[in-house]
Parts: sequence; C-alpha cells; structure tokens
Amino acid sequence: MGLIYALNGLYFAAFLFLTSLGLSIILGVMGILNLAHGSLYAIGGFIAAYFIGMMTGSSTILMLVTAAASAMVLSGLVGLVIETTLIKPLYKRPLEYQLLITFGILMLIEDLIKLVFGGESRYASAPFDAMGSVQIMGHTYPAYFLFVMLITAVAGMIIWWVMAKTKLGIMLRAIEMDRDMAQAMGIPMRRLTVTAFVLGAALAGLAGALVVPTTPAVMGMGMDVLIMAFIVVVIGGLGSLKGALVGSLLVGLTRSFTVAYFAELEMPLLFLIAVVILVIKPEGLFGQK
Amino acid sequence: MTKYLFSSRALAYLITLVVLLLLPQVLDPYHLNMVETGLSLAILGLGLNLLLRYAGVLSFGHGAYFAAGAYAVGLLYMYFPEHFSFELAILASLAVSALVSAIFGFVCVRHTRIFFSILTLALAMLMFAILEKAYHFTGGSDGIRIPLPTFFGMEITGMRRFQFMVGPYYYIVVGIFSAATLVMLAIVNSPFGKALQATRDNEVRAEMVGIRVKRFRWYAFVISGTFSGLAGGVWSFVSGHITPEISNWVFSGEIVYMVLLGGFMIFEGPIVGAVLFTYLRLYAVAWTEYWMLIVGGTLVVLVLLLPGGVTGGVADLVGKLRPRRAEGRG
Repeated sequence: MGLIYALNGLYFAAFLFLTSLGLSIILGVMGILNLAHGSLYAIGGFIAAYFIGMMTGSSTILMLVTAAASAMVLSGLVGLVIETTLIKPLYKRPLEYQLLITFGILMLIEDLIKLVFGGESRYASAPFDAMGSVQIMGHTYPAYFLFVMLITAVAGMIIWWVMAKTKLGIMLRAIEMDRDMAQAMGIPMRRLTVTAFVLGAALAGLAGALVVPTTPAVMGMGMDVLIMAFIVVVIGGLGSLKGALVGSLLVGLTRSFTVAYFAELEMPLLFLIAVVILVIKPEGLFGQK
Repeated sequence: MTKYLFSSRALAYLITLVVLLLLPQVLDPYHLNMVETGLSLAILGLGLNLLLRYAGVLSFGHGAYFAAGAYAVGLLYMYFPEHFSFELAILASLAVSALVSAIFGFVCVRHTRIFFSILTLALAMLMFAILEKAYHFTGGSDGIRIPLPTFFGMEITGMRRFQFMVGPYYYIVVGIFSAATLVMLAIVNSPFGKALQATRDNEVRAEMVGIRVKRFRWYAFVISGTFSGLAGGVWSFVSGHITPEISNWVFSGEIVYMVLLGGFMIFEGPIVGAVLFTYLRLYAVAWTEYWMLIVGGTLVVLVLLLPGGVTGGVADLVGKLRPRRAEGRG
C-alpha cells in the first residue's frame, strides 16, 4: 500500500504545486500575500465543472481542454480585473490594508460564485470515470491522477523555462531580488506586475479545473486550498519556484501518509511543520530575505 | 490642552456608560444580546489594537487567544462541572489565554511585518486544527455548550438561561467592558505604552536608548492576548456555544476588519468598530443570503476610500470644519 500512498501524495503535491505557484509568484514579485488566491482556484473549479456538465457525451480530451482553457481564461480575467481596480492602489500602502483588501475580495468572490453558479455542489466526474484505471505493480490506480501529475509536470517545466530563460522571467526575478534597483534599470514594473498576477491567477484556475473531476466543486473550496497553498509557500520560501515544488512534495506526501496512518494528525502536523520552519527560517527553505 | 482633552474624554465615557446602562430600558432582548456580543468583541478589538496601533505589528491570528479564553470556560465546564462558577471561568480565561499568548508570542515577536502576520496566522490555524481534531478532549467541530454558571456561590434559579443572559448578565458585561477599557487606556498612556510606540517608530533607535524591543513587544503580545482571552470568556456565555471556528483565520480576519472599520489610529476606534461590525453582519445576514458580498464590499470600499475607519473619518471631518486642536490624537 505504501506505493499507493506515495502516488496519492504525488497527486496532492501536483495540484498544490499549481495553486501555490501563483501565490508564491504574487508574494515574491509584488510582496502581497493574496488571500483571495484560493477564490481564483474556486472560480476555475466551478467554471470547469459547468463546462464538463454541459458537454456530457463529447470526448474526454475535448472536455478537459475546454474545462482547462475556460478555467484559465476566466480566472486570469478575474485576476486582471481585481489587480487593476482594487489591488493596484494598495502597493504603496501598509501591509494591513493589503491583507484586508484581499480578504475583502475573497468574500466578494465567494458570494459572486454563489450568485452565478448557485450554492449547490457541482459534480463533474465524467473525465475521471472515462479514463478508468491502470495496473501499477499489482495495484489498481485511477489513470486520471497520473494524468494530473503529467499535466503539472509539463506546466511546471514551461514555468521553469519562462522564469529561467525568457526575458519576462529574468525581469520578474530581478524585481523579486531588488525592487528599487529593477525599477532604476528601467524594467516596466506596472506591466510585469499585471502579467505576474494574471499568470498566477490562471494557474490557480487550472488547478481548480483539474481537481473537479475528482472532488465536486463546493462553496468554500477556495479557503481550504488557500490554507494548504499557504503552508507550501511558507515551507518552500516566498517567491521561489524550487521552494514551491519542494514544499508541495513535502506537504503532499506528509498529507497522504498521515491521512493513511494517523488521520487525526493531518492538519495539526502540517501547521506544526509550517510554524517550525517559520521560526527557524522565516524566509522558507529556498526563499531569500 | 491635554487636561482639556482628558476631561472631554472622561465626559464622553461617562455619557457612554450611562447610555449603556439605560439600554435595557429601551432595547428588546434580542438587540441587547447583540450589544453584549458587540461589547465582548470590543474588548477583543482593544486587545488587537495594542499590537497594531501601539506596537506596529499586525496579528492575523488573534482568534487563537479569543478561542483560548472561550475554551478555558468550555473545558472547565466539561471536566469540572462542579466548580463551574463565573468568577472561576473568567479567571481560567485570563490564565489560559495569558499562557497561550506568552508561548505563541515568544515565537512571534522575533519577527515583524509580513512574517509576523504569517506566523500569527499559522499558529492560530495550528490551534484550530488541534481544537477540531482532538474530538475526545474538545468536542471537535461540534464544539461545547456553555450553560449557566454559578455566580460567587449563588445558583441562578427562577429564570431561564436567556432571561438571565439579557438581564443581570448584561450589567456584568458592561462592567467588565468598562474596566477593560480603562485598564487599556492606562496601559497605552503609561511609560510602557510610550516605549512601545518608540519601538514601533524606530526599532534601532529604541534599542539604542535602552528599550529591550523584543521583550517589550512580547509583553504587549501577552497583554493583548489576555484581553482577547477575557473577551472570549465573556462572549462564550453570551453565545452559549463555542466551536473551533473562532480560531480559524477567517474569524481573525474579521477581527482585523472590525478594528479597521472603527479606525485603529484612535484609541476608541476598535470599540466603535466592534459594535458596528456586529450590527453590519447581523443585518447583512438577515437581509440577504449574499451577506459576504455586503461585508466584503464594505471592506473593500473602506480600505480604498476611508483608511482611517469611521472614527478617523469623523475626526478628519471635524478637523476640516474647524481649526485643528493640535496634538489631539490619543
């Protein structure tokens, strides 16, 4: 059974990675802890569940592509709107206002989702069922979980390539390292900030879209995932790609094995790890001060 | 000038107290219960604001200390029902929340800015997870029912729980709230309070003149946590039922909102904020199922347009209408 728990852990890690990456980028580049990040994930989940529900009978691939694309576009758009209208005026303001405005946005989005999609849970297990299961060393395992890991690996590699090799990524890293210097060097801060925010929002949307075939979209799903992503970012380090990866793996595997052996301990243990890391190394395992 | 300010403040306090004491004559029990909630939360807001306004650090996990106080009452009832008296319950609230905030605070005061906020949030969630998962000790997510205690050896007989809660208990809440406000006012105006503000304004300089910055911040944390615990203890009787949700970060966020709504730059701001927030939330929930849209919307508007909160806005307005009265910002 150990293998199955390890695979489950990797699956948790995969979707946590997608969610926490956006949170981490936004925190690293803009210095804002976006409490509404989980809500962008929830938007992705609900819109994906809506489309999968609409497309009953069409091919699985088409269903997943539509779900993922619509989720990324909508979450990205919402991200664009809130960044340019609500968050932009707050970069120069003290921390408490930044935290509070994203807290307010979280409440707004939560109820807007209820308003648009109704308060009920939405089930969208069609792609999960259609993919069936595979045999891995004598164990039956859902193929969809492996598919999510694959997608995450591809997305992770694209992001890594963007951050490491492209001009966009280099400029983003420059802002993260030294904001004032980056500005002095003529880096277009405003445009990059928006790009980073929309990118992070779209990734959260993708994560939400990928998760609904396994668990239904429900009200409050964003808040739960926000807390998990938050632990990942704390463990891995603010604004670090490597940190988000290691943090996700650590959280995913810890979660999977504690759920299997001491289910009661799951959340307390994760928070305890986060607190210990914060105390010893507040900037996280791979973060920089 | 300070003398004038002090006397006008004393007068305002006196009037507020008289109004509070007269409220039971005009308000129905339901609204009186809301006022009790508002006053309990006001004590919590005062506690948070000692850190935010005077020490310059934002706790996003103050629900933990509120929960510590409330659960001290709940656990006292669960495990020692024969000793369940009000005075013992409140003492337990104070002691447990002081202990918890001393431990948590010891860790938190080593950091400032975003790290402080993140750490307080994580610790509160640790507490939430423990309260929720340790089902056999804390009742888990079902929470604990808080019945009527005895008061200084007296059994409450001849009236129902609710009658007592909106009757005699109201005056107890007003009494504790008044005492807490005066104590906090004394703290922020004491040499300790001034030293705390010095650490906020310039940490290095404060250290240079001999203030032990982390030590002072830690004291402030413990005082703040103990106020929150007192609030939790008082509130647990008002509510009659406690759940781990009060340690969840969402509630901690609402506490910060409350303080900002009232205005954190003015000493009495959190009190105004707590009462306003209680009513805003009540009416939003009663009026529409989309109450978060209203609460969240007001929060966004507030942050963007009225960062000084209600009291800050009023002070600005008064300042515009007549020449400023110099250093009159308590």
